[in-house]
Amino acid sequence: MAVLNDEQEMLRDMAREWTKNEHPVDAWRKVRDAGQPFDADAWGAMAEMGWAGIIIPEEHGGSDFGWLSLGLVIEELGKSLAASPLVASALAASAIVLGGSEEQKAEFLPRLAAGELIGTLAFDEGPRHTGLNASTSVHDGRLTGTKAFVHEASRAGLFVVLAQDGVYLVEKGKGISVSKRMLADMRDHAEIDFNDAPAQKLAAGGDDLAQKILDRARVLTAAEMLGMCQAVFDTTLDYLKQRVQFNQVLSSFQALQHRMADLYTEIELTRSAVEAGLQAIDSGFAVSEAATLAKARANDTLHLVSKEGIQLHGGIGMTDEYSVGFYLKRARVLEAAWGSSSHLRDAYARMKSY
Amino acid sequence: MATVAEPDTKADLDSFREEARAFLAENFPPELRGKNNLLSSVEEAGEESPAEKAWRVAMGEKGWGTPTWPKEYGGGGLTKKQARILEEEMAKVGAWNPIGGMGVMMLGPTLLEFASEEQKHEHIPPICKGEIRWCQGYSEPNAGSDLANLQTMAEDKGDHYLVNGQKTWTSGGQWADKCFCLVRTSRADKHKGISFLLIDMHAPGVEVKPIKMISGMSPFCETFFTDVSVPKENLVGEEGQGWTIGKRLLQHERTNLSGGGALAALNSQPLGKVAEHYIGLDDDGKLADAELRVKIVDFEMRWNAFLLTARRAMEESKAAGGVSDISSILKKAGTKLGQERAELMIEIMGLRGLGWEGEGFEQKELDGTRAWLFGKATTIYGGSTEIQNNIIAKRILGMLDHQ
Repeated sequence: MAVLNDEQEMLRDMAREWTKNEHPVDAWRKVRDAGQPFDADAWGAMAEMGWAGIIIPEEHGGSDFGWLSLGLVIEELGKSLAASPLVASALAASAIVLGGSEEQKAEFLPRLAAGELIGTLAFDEGPRHTGLNASTSVHDGRLTGTKAFVHEASRAGLFVVLAQDGVYLVEKGKGISVSKRMLADMRDHAEIDFNDAPAQKLAAGGDDLAQKILDRARVLTAAEMLGMCQAVFDTTLDYLKQRVQFNQVLSSFQALQHRMADLYTEIELTRSAVEAGLQAIDSGFAVSEAATLAKARANDTLHLVSKEGIQLHGGIGMTDEYSVGFYLKRARVLEAAWGSSSHLRDAYARMKSY
Repeated sequence: MATVAEPDTKADLDSFREEARAFLAENFPPELRGKNNLLSSVEEAGEESPAEKAWRVAMGEKGWGTPTWPKEYGGGGLTKKQARILEEEMAKVGAWNPIGGMGVMMLGPTLLEFASEEQKHEHIPPICKGEIRWCQGYSEPNAGSDLANLQTMAEDKGDHYLVNGQKTWTSGGQWADKCFCLVRTSRADKHKGISFLLIDMHAPGVEVKPIKMISGMSPFCETFFTDVSVPKENLVGEEGQGWTIGKRLLQHERTNLSGGGALAALNSQPLGKVAEHYIGLDDDGKLADAELRVKIVDFEMRWNAFLLTARRAMEESKAAGGVSDISSILKKAGTKLGQERAELMIEIMGLRGLGWEGEGFEQKELDGTRAWLFGKATTIYGGSTEIQNNIIAKRILGMLDHQ
C-alpha cells in the first residue's frame, strides 16, 4: 500500500468499514437476484459520503481529493463487487473537468458530484477495445452512431461520447435508444444507438482529450480489479486454512503454499503498478505509460487469481452459493474493458518506439 | 562524537552540502567518473589502480563509505538526510562508493547489533576503511536450504576453539581475509548448538579451493578447516546464539540481494532498444519479429512493476520504521525477472548472445553469456526461491500445519 496522508487513510478506512459492514458481497447477490443494476440506497449512501465528487474541484461541489484517494475507495468497492455507477460517473466527470467549458462544468459537475446525475463513457463501438477510433459522427450539433457494451447505461443521464472529431456530451433524451446487453457478470451494460442526438463538444481539452480520458478509465478499472484480486486471494486463503482433507488443513500442503506465495507476489507487483497509475494522474507525469502498465498488470493478475481461486476452492468454488465465481465472471468483463492485455502490450511497445 | 540528532535544520544541511562538495572536489579522481563495478566484490579480485586506491582511502578515512554508521567505530556518523545529500552530490560528479562487500552489506550491521564493544572497535573500523575483505561461511555440502544442519565443529579448548569442517559456496573465499562463520558448539540441539564465529582466513589449517562454475568463473569456493585455532574473543554473542545472529544477517543479505541477478539490468539499455539493434524495425515501426516483440514488452512491463514495488517497499519501510511485508517478495521476484531478461537477451542476439571468448564478438556480448550463466545462481543462493516461498507462505500468509 502506498504511503498515504491522513485524509487518504481516513477515506480508505471509511470505505473499508462501509463495504465490510453495509455492502459485503452478499449485497451484490441481492441486487442481482432482484434484477437491479445497482442498489439505489447504497448509491445514495456513497454520494452522501462524497465519493462521487472525489476528483471534482471544490468550486463545482466536489472535494478534489485526487485520484489516489478515489482509487482507494474503488479498490474497496471492488473487493465486495459492489455494483454502483461510481467508476463510470467519475470518469464522465473527469472528461468534463479536463475538457469542459466553464458553462459545461457549472452545469454538470455539481450534479455529478452529488450523485443526482449519473454519467458514463460511450467510446467503443465493438466487442473489443481497438483504440481511439470511432465512426460516430456529428453534424450541426447532432450525433449519430452506435456504441457497444456501454457500462452503467440504463440509469445514466449523461453520455460522454467519442466521435470522429472529438469527445461530446449527450444528455439522455431524444435520439437515443438503449438496448440491454446481458453479460456473464450480470451488471448493467447496453448498446446505445444515437440518432441525431443533440450533442455539445468538450472543446477545451486539446487534441489528446480522448487519450487522457482513456488513461483514467484504465487506471480506475485497474483499481477495481486490484480490489477483486485481493478479495479472491483473501477468501481463498481463508478457505485453505479451514478445509480439511487427509486429516490435514489444506494450508499445510506445500504445493498449495507455493501457489499462494506466487499469487501474493503477483498481486503485490500489480498493486505497485496500480498505485503508480493513480499517482501519475495526480502528478500529471507520464500518465499514458503508467495507465497502460496498471491495466495490463491488473488484467493478467486478475485473470490468474480468478482462475486459481476457483481451482483452489475445488467444486464448491463453482457453485453459485460461493462468491468466487462472481469474481471470475466480472473479471473477464473488466479485462476486456479499455484494452485487453495484448492491446495494451502493443500500445506500450509503441510508446517505447518498437 | 555521537550521532547527530535529527531533524537537521536547513542551515545545517546547506552547510553539509558545501562540505560534501568540497570533499568530492578535492578527493574524487575525475578519471574514475562512473567507473564503479557493482559486482567486483563477488566476481573478481579486482586489481586496484592508484586512483582507485586513493579514492578508497579518502572515503575510508572520512567514514563516508558507511555514512550512517557511528563515528566512534569509523563510520560517517551522518544523519539520514545528510547521507542522502552526500549521495546526491556524489551522483552529480559521477562518484561512487568504493567501500563495499560483505563486511559493509552484512557483517557490519550485524556486529553493530550483537558484538561486544571490543569486537566493534576491532572489526568495524577496517570495514569502514575497506581494508579487510570478509566472506561468509554458512553453507556446507549437507547444509544448503537446510542450513541448520551444518556440521562444522568448534570444540572448546579453554582459551580457544578448535575448528574442523567444510564450508562451501564461499563467495570470494579465495580473496577474503576473514570469514564470518556459523559453527556447531554443541551437537545436543540442532538450532541452539550453533554459534557465530569470526575466523582468520590466513590462519594455519584454512584451505580454499575455488569451484569452477558453468559460467567458467569461480566466484565461489570450498573452504576447509582442519584443526584451526580460533581465539575465544572471536565468538560474537553467546555460545548457541549463532542461529539468531545468523538469521538476522541473512535479512541484511536479502535486502541487498533483492535486485539479485537483476542488478545488471538496472544500468543497462531497455530490451526494446537492444532488440531494435539486433532485429530491426519493420515499415510500421515495430520490431521485425512479432512474437519476440510481445515477449519483450511483456517482460519490460513486468520488470517496471517490479521496480515500482522495490521503490514502494523502501517507502513503506521508511514510513513504518521497519521492514515491510512486501520486502519478502523482492528477492524471489527480482531474481526471476533477472534470469528471464538474460534468456531474452540471448533470444534477441541469436548466437552472438552465446559467444564464449575470442574474435567475432563485442565485449558486452561475451559478458552477457557469462552473466546469463552466473545469474542461474541468483534463485539458489541467499535462500532459494523455494525457501522464499516457504517464508512467504508461513510468515506472511500464516499457512501453517495446524490452523
